[in-house]
Amino acid sequence: MPFACIFVSDFPVQAWLRIEPELRSQALAVLEGKAPLQKVFAVNENARRAGVDPGMTRLQVEACPGLVLRARSLLQETAAHAALLDCAHSFSPKIEDAGPNTILLDLTGLQSLFGSLTKIARDLARRASALGLGVSVAVAANPDTAMLAARGFSGISVIAEGKEAEELGSLPVEILFAEKDESPESQHLLGTFRRWGIRHLRELAALPDVALSERLGQQGIYWQKLARGTTFRTLVPVEPPLLFEEAIELEYPVVLLEPLAFLLSRMLQQLCARLEARALATQELRLSLDLENGAHGEEIFWKDVGAGAVARPARQHFHRTLRLPVPLLDPKTFLKLLQLDLQAHPPGAPIVKIHLAAEPVRPRAAQSGLFLPPSPEPEKLELTLARIAGIVGENKVGSLTLLDTHRPEGFQMQRFAPAETREKSGTEKDSDDLVTALRIFRPAAPATVTLCEDRPAFIACLKRKEIHGEILWAAGPWRSSGDWWEQDGWARDEWDIAVQQETGIALYRLVRDRLSGRWLVEGTYD
Amino acid sequence: MSSFPLFPAAAERRPMASAALKSPSLIFERLAAIPKLAEVTPASRLEVCPLPEMVSSGIREMDALTGGLPRGCLTEICGSASSGRTSLLLAALAAATQRQEACALVDASDAFDPASAARAGVDFARLLWVRCETNSPRRHPSAALRAGSGTEKNRQKHGDLYRSRMESSVEQALRATDLLLQSGGFGLVMIDLGDVPFPTARRIPLTSWFRFQRAVEHTPTVLFVITQAPCAQTCASLLLKVSGKKLSAVGSQLSAKISPTHAQLLDGLQVQGELLRSRLERKPVRSATAAFTTKTVRAG
Repeated sequence: MPFACIFVSDFPVQAWLRIEPELRSQALAVLEGKAPLQKVFAVNENARRAGVDPGMTRLQVEACPGLVLRARSLLQETAAHAALLDCAHSFSPKIEDAGPNTILLDLTGLQSLFGSLTKIARDLARRASALGLGVSVAVAANPDTAMLAARGFSGISVIAEGKEAEELGSLPVEILFAEKDESPESQHLLGTFRRWGIRHLRELAALPDVALSERLGQQGIYWQKLARGTTFRTLVPVEPPLLFEEAIELEYPVVLLEPLAFLLSRMLQQLCARLEARALATQELRLSLDLENGAHGEEIFWKDVGAGAVARPARQHFHRTLRLPVPLLDPKTFLKLLQLDLQAHPPGAPIVKIHLAAEPVRPRAAQSGLFLPPSPEPEKLELTLARIAGIVGENKVGSLTLLDTHRPEGFQMQRFAPAETREKSGTEKDSDDLVTALRIFRPAAPATVTLCEDRPAFIACLKRKEIHGEILWAAGPWRSSGDWWEQDGWARDEWDIAVQQETGIALYRLVRDRLSGRWLVEGTYD
Repeated sequence: MSSFPLFPAAAERRPMASAALKSPSLIFERLAAIPKLAEVTPASRLEVCPLPEMVSSGIREMDALTGGLPRGCLTEICGSASSGRTSLLLAALAAATQRQEACALVDASDAFDPASAARAGVDFARLLWVRCETNSPRRHPSAALRAGSGTEKNRQKHGDLYRSRMESSVEQALRATDLLLQSGGFGLVMIDLGDVPFPTARRIPLTSWFRFQRAVEHTPTVLFVITQAPCAQTCASLLLKVSGKKLSAVGSQLSAKISPTHAQLLDGLQVQGELLRSRLERKPVRSATAAFTTKTVRAG
């Protein structure tokens, strides 16, 4: 089974040359680190000939005439790596990503398609060069030999089966380790080889097995097999990212929700069928609509109108993302949730294109514990919450979490997901510790308070007629304040008051805002 | 279809009217042959209805009074302001969330206090809070405010606006409750109508209560309603009235005409509960009361 290896030397430099090919003829050095401690990370051949080596400081290399300096760009390297993967994928479906600058390919069965192994190697190099990357390609009977040959020999190398030891023998022992590998183990091993006078792979291959294993253990035997080219392993294939997307471009714009729902239903069924085929589910749906002649949103497309040309109308994007608490795979539930969401947030313009994407995740385990109390089914719960949100408002339904603040109303609403909480939280309360509850008035009711000896004596509340009359009893004030260092500081005095009503004495919490001087009835003790 | 014979097979089949005309003794003889009514099982008892499972309300005294809260039934707690209804609500919520049940609170007046609930031991991760909108009036509020301030007429206008807001929030509460009960899976669903004026709450049609009661029947859901006065009528299997027995630290001082000191605290409420109706026992309900005390917890 033949294998090929594509290797890009000085990868950070190659990543820059891919974007700026005009620098190929110049000396180029890539720097890494923060100023003023930047050091040379990689150089091209021209810079190497000019005496620039990796590890030199910026100050040292700045004196070199004609040298172009660039900072290391991980973004460029990622893009270059993706291009390398695309190049490999165009030849073989089975590839292994052995590093940012090394790709292994399984060439089994490709000779009948692409020709001889040498031709395949040349085509690989030509294709990579078209992508802006200068590569070395090696073909061998096992992947490790191909990798060593690609690292050690520039250009194209084809090693016949059985000739691995002979071809690899001239390579230095440093080739066994990856570029920039400065781990203590590899440095220690290299030091050991140097002390023994081992400079090349043929010398390592010639060492006796037993003696080598006694000194270096199984690791030493492995390095020797690499040097001899007798290792064999299977590739760890790269799996392309799974994309579950459906798109449809309409001949006529859709203006009503019903026909849109029909189209979405079809797309959702396709998406769910594809997910089911791979035993996956989804927890996030992204809906993207192209609108025609929309009233708001930023313009993303406009064609220049020339003489006699037909002007195309401007299009705008409308995005909605549906996040689910648990992975689901029911197209009807998805459709209902999308319908409810679009009813609450209509696009505002006719729709000309629909794009629907699902984020694949593993499906949830349906079996719950035998002794756990029942909880709402996630599908039903999600629909119910969406419907209730349509009635009371989006941020008016959910669970809540207390904020770490003394500010009144210090809480925030969040998604309700009881299935995610399996462990008991909080301490159990003994039935003897019954807490007096406060019922909050939202918003707080403004009141007119008459003071007597600096204590509230009479109250009148316009919005709550029952809070009117003499204050029978008042305790306080309890003073609190906070956030004085922020724009929205607060300061208040709290009183507990008792007011006579028709049904009896009622207790209220009366608050005086010290910043505005207003009196408010915040709630009632019940 | 009944399987027992209404008349003995050997009885002569003669029209009763003619028999009555002919011989009264024959009528009595035939009547005596009819099986005694006491031995006939009435239709209401043909099917044995199991008693619902009872769960703790979080208050020992109340559990002793009612046996707990029944699953699959509607429990109604009524009381005026500062009677202890909300304390009871929080205790039941805390007990249910501690049992790891998913709970829902439909808050018609958006009156829920998270701080009090946290002190009561409610696990918020298991509580769904539905905050009904009270700020979506049918009339613009500024129009009423511009009419003037402090007059009786203005107060009436504010009252009307308040009433219309309440009605829309009650509608939201009823719709949300219906959706939650149809969805199922909740151990406790609470409807807080404590701040809804009784005239408004009374207008909730009985069909709505009946619908709710049928929705929770044969399910493990406890439906718990708080009102100012009984509203659910016959649909409530358990009706409890709470009142403030004595407002501690207040009542005694008020009665003794003692001016309270600056630093005196509200110790808590002394609540008395009266069981007005219980459909869970097949015997006349004895009026029973229970009292318990809550404690005010101050931060800091």
